[in-house]
Amino acid sequence: MEKVVEIPVIWLQGATCTGCSISVLNSVRPSIANLLLEELLPGKHINLRFHMTIMAGSGEIAMEIIRETKGSFPNGYLLVMEGAIPTANNGLFCTIGERDGKPTPLTELAKELAGNAMAVVALGTCASFGGIPSGRPNPTGAMSIVEFMRLNGIDTPFVRVPGCPAHPDWFVGTCAHIMLYGLPKAEELDELGRLKLFYGKLIHDNCPRRGYFDTGRMAHKLSDEGCLYEVGCKGYVTFSDCPYRKWNGGINWCIDNGHPCIGCCEPGFPDVMSPLYERFFEERLPKLKLDEATGKLTLS
Amino acid sequence: MPKIVIDPMTRIEGHMKIEATLDNSGTIVDARSSGVLYRGIELILRGRDPRDAARITQRVCGVCPVPHGTASALCLDAAFGISDKIPENGLILRNLILGSEYVHNHILHFYHLCSLDYADVVRAASYPENDFEALRQFASRGELAPFLPRYVGDYRLNDDDNKALVLHYIQALEMRRKAHDMLALFGGRTPIQAGIVPGGVTSRPTTEKMVSFYWRARELYDFVVNAYLPDVLRVAKAYSDYFGIGAGCGNFITFGFFDLDGSKPDYARRKRLLVQGTTNKSLKHEELDLSQICEAIRYSWYDDDGTPNPQKEGAYSFIKAPRYKGLTHEVGPLARLLVNYASGNESVRKELKAVMSELSIGIDEMLSVMGRHIARAIEAKVIAEALCEWVLKLSPDEPTFVPYELPSDAEGIGIVDAPRGCLMHHVRIENSVIANYSIISPTTWNGSPMDDNGQHGAIEAALIGAKVRDWENPEEIVRIVRSFDPCLACAVHMTNLKGMPIGEVKVFA
Repeated sequence: MEKVVEIPVIWLQGATCTGCSISVLNSVRPSIANLLLEELLPGKHINLRFHMTIMAGSGEIAMEIIRETKGSFPNGYLLVMEGAIPTANNGLFCTIGERDGKPTPLTELAKELAGNAMAVVALGTCASFGGIPSGRPNPTGAMSIVEFMRLNGIDTPFVRVPGCPAHPDWFVGTCAHIMLYGLPKAEELDELGRLKLFYGKLIHDNCPRRGYFDTGRMAHKLSDEGCLYEVGCKGYVTFSDCPYRKWNGGINWCIDNGHPCIGCCEPGFPDVMSPLYERFFEERLPKLKLDEATGKLTLS
Repeated sequence: MPKIVIDPMTRIEGHMKIEATLDNSGTIVDARSSGVLYRGIELILRGRDPRDAARITQRVCGVCPVPHGTASALCLDAAFGISDKIPENGLILRNLILGSEYVHNHILHFYHLCSLDYADVVRAASYPENDFEALRQFASRGELAPFLPRYVGDYRLNDDDNKALVLHYIQALEMRRKAHDMLALFGGRTPIQAGIVPGGVTSRPTTEKMVSFYWRARELYDFVVNAYLPDVLRVAKAYSDYFGIGAGCGNFITFGFFDLDGSKPDYARRKRLLVQGTTNKSLKHEELDLSQICEAIRYSWYDDDGTPNPQKEGAYSFIKAPRYKGLTHEVGPLARLLVNYASGNESVRKELKAVMSELSIGIDEMLSVMGRHIARAIEAKVIAEALCEWVLKLSPDEPTFVPYELPSDAEGIGIVDAPRGCLMHHVRIENSVIANYSIISPTTWNGSPMDDNGQHGAIEAALIGAKVRDWENPEEIVRIVRSFDPCLACAVHMTNLKGMPIGEVKVFA
């Protein structure tokens, strides 16, 4: 029998709501039990060594795993970053564990762990673009792991898996892609470092309510049948495969539920997408600008 | 005196640190519960369209987003003057979405956050039955994360009970997912649903969705009755000493939940499946008085004007300290169970009496680590049963949403119990945008630091007096803390003003 390759994963949580972790638990095929106990692909096992919400150990025992993982896997580990990194106030808005009796800021941990990782998966919109915690006035100086690495001169390869939360298939699919074919090549990613496989198409182009839009049948209040454009839908500036992948095992998704898309996969979430229930893009669309360095969508 | 520091406190939501000071006999004489992540969601809400709050506040917590969405919708309904005008369908759909979240949460909490403190997964990998093949394969690879490392010592279930717990741990991964699938039928998707909005719910019920929901709820009810509740009793019997550990402060408060009648604008007096109110060891039910809620920040990392200040002298947490009538109160399933027991809620009384007689315990023993687990399981059963009934009361052709005008200046409070306890949202709207938004959430109550009078928070109070057998492996501490199901992302919120009585805002007048 061939030896199974263990892929060690450190899953770090920063300024997050844990929604992306819960979302990944909802993976249908593979199930989360398959993911944890079995080989995701034959001969390859995701070895989830550190994840604060599910790991058995607490406190020092848990922190010791991080040190041990850094040392004992010669090919390195995958860092899954969930949540943004609050950088204001010397990083004291988010601490994990202690060193010499003093709390360790996430900024310190993230620097060490991102620097030594074989790759970083930025899971969710907070880790990818800053997301909700970085919404104006950004009280904690929160930023994405990608921007954080850039500011700290860390050039570890990364892939963004945005979504508030991210869809379990996007995360599992990205991991499987890395296992099968290595880190994504430039042509497989869009300009924001997302796999085109999941984020290549505009929601509006594949929306089941597109027919209503084309014939001008608009919903004028929530719960109405019709295109949700007038009640704030951001599906025509949001790239994801939600319309045909759908959510929770394909049962439903926001627009099928009569709720406008709020653009949660995009770098402008939440600031550029607000107000969420108003259409406003005619005036704003030409003013939208993508900051290449930070990957943030801003209004000029 | 020896001090035990547990940071990170894992298998809870979020970033928590627990400190316990022990005397020479190993008894905890002082305890500190700290929230160590601050995001400032309320500041981020200021200046935005009020309606956005029902979406953004769900991102306070990805484990329990629906209660935040619900509390936010309730407070916006009040501010928009439509709290008594939500269509019947809208009320039922909100209950179905929120109820699904409850069932998901309680299963997740017992199996995936707590059972590893009692069940021995490592021993289960040596069982010969076919059911354990995946686990044996897993163990044969020699890498046992995330189940090892762990505290060593106190795994005392017999093999039959251990088998049941471990198999149901794996099965429960699927069952909690199924509860989320059920939620998405009318919630659009989850976590972070897209259904509940001020005015009602966006989705329209259809017959085939109602039937689908009904059968999903039935399956979950069966799991709760045949696996979850019996498993809790298995653990309770093997660890019966935990009926005497972690009693806590002895005061209980709940905002109630599941509106059964939407015609009263005052949420504190509205008819709910589980009632609002307070009680204590006397088991006398008292009505809720929101004006009695105050928040203290002497030991919290905020200056008097509310500015976060992690360097503040003497403070040790980003959590504030809410108190009711000046006293520490516990919130959550045990609080709801006892308040409803005290108020004479028949279905709760029946379930609780059956469990107490099977375990030969009295009501006093319910104030404990095991009591909290039992309360949660009983509640899951009561809710799953109610979901099966409610879904058939939907009317496919009737409205689910009532339109409203956005006011330029208004104020509103929304109160509801989240799985972890009392949740309050308060909004003040000026010039049609949010001027101020404040949240008091369950773990703010349970996980709070001391108040200005030096009174400990509920988790701290439950820790003090407990005995730690082996201070290298302080299982007692993590078991007590986890029995509260802490949620730290929820718990940390900025303060308005030092000691401001939140309930003085008169929105129900």
